[in-house]
Amino acid sequence: MSDRVRVSTMIPPGHVRTPYYLRGKVGEIERNLGAFGNPEQLAYGLAAETTPLLRVRFTMQEVWGSAAENPNDLLEAEIFAHWLTPVEGSDAP
Amino acid sequence: MPHDHPDHNHDNNVPHSHDGLSPSGHPYRQDQDQPLTYWQNMEISIRELLIDKGITTELEVMHTIDQMDSRSPADGAKVVARAWVDPAFRARLLADASAASREMGFDIGALKLIAVENTDRVHNVIVCTLCSCYPRNLLGFPPDWYKQRAYRSRVVKTPRAVLREFGLDLPDDVTIRVHDSTADMRYIVIPARPAGSETLSEAELAELISRDSMIGVARAQSPA
Amino acid sequence: MGGRDAGAVLPDDHDFALWEKRVDALMVIASSKGYFTVDGLRRVLEDMGEDTYETMTYYERWVASINQNMVEAGAYSLAELGAKMEAVAARGSTYGECATHETPNICDGDRDV
Repeated sequence: MSDRVRVSTMIPPGHVRTPYYLRGKVGEIERNLGAFGNPEQLAYGLAAETTPLLRVRFTMQEVWGSAAENPNDLLEAEIFAHWLTPVEGSDAP
Repeated sequence: MPHDHPDHNHDNNVPHSHDGLSPSGHPYRQDQDQPLTYWQNMEISIRELLIDKGITTELEVMHTIDQMDSRSPADGAKVVARAWVDPAFRARLLADASAASREMGFDIGALKLIAVENTDRVHNVIVCTLCSCYPRNLLGFPPDWYKQRAYRSRVVKTPRAVLREFGLDLPDDVTIRVHDSTADMRYIVIPARPAGSETLSEAELAELISRDSMIGVARAQSPA
Repeated sequence: MGGRDAGAVLPDDHDFALWEKRVDALMVIASSKGYFTVDGLRRVLEDMGEDTYETMTYYERWVASINQNMVEAGAYSLAELGAKMEAVAARGSTYGECATHETPNICDGDRDV
């Protein structure tokens, strides 16, 4: 099972913690941080379900394409699981 | 050129004078004699409403400010210096930086801290593009530039250019890892221990570790 | 906002005014007592729009966000806030004159020398 994930491209209005610049990008899971309250509910004063939070690592090439200063530099961010879809494993050994 | 003042140690809860300077070493901004602004009025009003309603007290507000003032980059520097001299502590710090910081007696509260380590092949730098999250409980107040749009928008796309503006020019065989603290984690960089520091004590090592090096826009200083 | 074009990173590193530290303290206290979360703070900051980066300072945006969150949490009403702000403004013209609580136990003026 590949640990590569793609960030959703959805763009709802309002408070989400997934940065625009990472939408649609593919990265690998660096570590699983456990479950945290969904900020999309907490931000509106609602009782929050806990949802898994993952650190995801992207290459600068993946995020910025030819605009990257160095394609192998890395960008790592915390993304909630409901924003991530597993990418089936062309990379799986 | 962005700069970082030498940090002096803050012994927690020991009253001390800064000769008219605030704990960070800068003069206090003069706000007492300036005309009241709308937003300052709002701050006063919210605070007094909460006190009037028994939600908080004047003492609690002052204590909270004192707590914030008592935290400084010197705290983080102690943690980094310990990691430099004690490999087992370094391993614990990398595994669970919150627990390791608490081990050293720092009251970091509910902060979920992740420590990332610089090597001669990897350089880490921290940002919060979505707001300005910062490990305040261990490093104190974030610098202005960290909170401003220029840093937050540019460092995730052109970290090398931004670091050059801070005087840090990294070769291509060093990989940069930019950490965007988008959710509940907060980050601290363990800068690389400088050459020539082998004989220094842990306290002397801590003096080499600046706030900016723990954000990732500078290296630790070399020993004199 | 990651990746947007922006200007040079400004090196200025000012220290904080007392009112700004009080804003930070309000955030810590109100969130620790469960009135709102840092997510709510962020949400209101975002909803305020990018123009406010030009028109308001960091702490002005923060106090506006804290206020919005507290109103939504029902900590106080808009009428109470309005009345209080009028009363505060009537105390004088400077921050120092207006920041004195009605029943001080500790003199604010000693704190920031």
